[in-house]
Amino acid sequence: MRITQGTFSFLPDLTDAQICAQVDHCLAKGWAVSVEHTDDIHPRNTYWEMFGMPMFDLHDAAGALQEIAACRATFPERYIRVNAFDSTRGWETVRLSFIVNRPKVEPELRLARTEGPGRLQRYAIETRGR
Amino acid sequence: MSSALTLPESAPATGHSADVSALLAELDAELVGLAPVKRRIAEIAALLAVDQARAAIGLKGTAPGLHMSFTGNPGTGKTTVALKMAGILHRLGYVRKGHLVAVTRDDLVGQYIGHTAPKTREVLKKAMGGVLFIDEAYYLYRPENERDYGQEAIEILLQAMENQRGDLVVILAGYKDRMARFFECNPGFSSRVAHHVDFPDYTREELMKIATLMLGRLGYAFDEGATAAFERYLERRMAQPHFANARSVRNALDRARLRHASRVFPRLEAAGREALTTFIADDILASRVFEGEETGATHA
Repeated sequence: MRITQGTFSFLPDLTDAQICAQVDHCLAKGWAVSVEHTDDIHPRNTYWEMFGMPMFDLHDAAGALQEIAACRATFPERYIRVNAFDSTRGWETVRLSFIVNRPKVEPELRLARTEGPGRLQRYAIETRGR
Repeated sequence: MSSALTLPESAPATGHSADVSALLAELDAELVGLAPVKRRIAEIAALLAVDQARAAIGLKGTAPGLHMSFTGNPGTGKTTVALKMAGILHRLGYVRKGHLVAVTRDDLVGQYIGHTAPKTREVLKKAMGGVLFIDEAYYLYRPENERDYGQEAIEILLQAMENQRGDLVVILAGYKDRMARFFECNPGFSSRVAHHVDFPDYTREELMKIATLMLGRLGYAFDEGATAAFERYLERRMAQPHFANARSVRNALDRARLRHASRVFPRLEAAGREALTTFIADDILASRVFEGEETGATHA
């Protein structure tokens, strides 16, 4: 099951040149780019593990791409995403986030139902097959 | 058939060479002297322009390695030229962003085991798409301490210089003799640095021109007496130890500004444009450099 999280996730996987163009766009806007990875793709898992520091004072996408390549080499079977953080006052948040690496076999998300007292039913999302 | 093909392609090529010559003219106007440096920059600019023209007609060539070493005494303009070089390489389309990251040993070498590699990589990442300027590069290599972390930084630098030639240009700078020894001890560096540019010391005339240029930028000028005095000042200062070329000139002018200010200050209300912008001979002659002369005069 193809996980769709973040920007561009309904598109085919981005090529390195496309990632480069996106990162260049972020840098031109003055956003700080960072690389994160996880093996837990649950939608509620907002905080992925950081791969190195966020790259402040980066001028060119080549530096970020190098970091992405290093992360892919270390965790080929994990999800890797690129975040672009806008530190401008009033924003101070992630402005763009997209997946740049997926495991070969992606886990499945499944809706689990739990019966409660009476006719109550509780729902939860479960990740399967990881 | 060939003429029809080459015509549209030669048009951008000439546009480009016009850009290059404008750039070189600009360099000539802004930098005094430094003939060998300008010649080398002109050669590199020509090479890049020709390469682009060749690429336009489908001739393939690999990107030339442009790592450089700038050697010369202090104050001969190494950093200034490096800054200009970043702009030039950007305009020639060799580097993508054209910024300059200036570092010294401290920025590359860590303080404990395992600290150096991330630190150096961080600097390299910042310099991507631009120029990495390593001032006094020979401090990276300390043969007297075999556990020095500088060696680690050197290895990472060498790797980046080889594998990411298209992403960044490394410029090493320092004194000539020490750089020569550094290259001798690190053959990896000397084989990867294609351009060795030596910055000659300035002559007195050139320093005079630099002084006039600096004053012009600050909105000051010498009167006739001050010009003669400053020429004499340069002559004496150049013979003294620790003469740092253009930097010494700048410092001398800064001190002259102080003297000028304290001379003008008591009658500030009456001072006109002339008085506010002109150095007179006394502003220069009060310098410590002339001390020997005065005592000599009293002895005579």
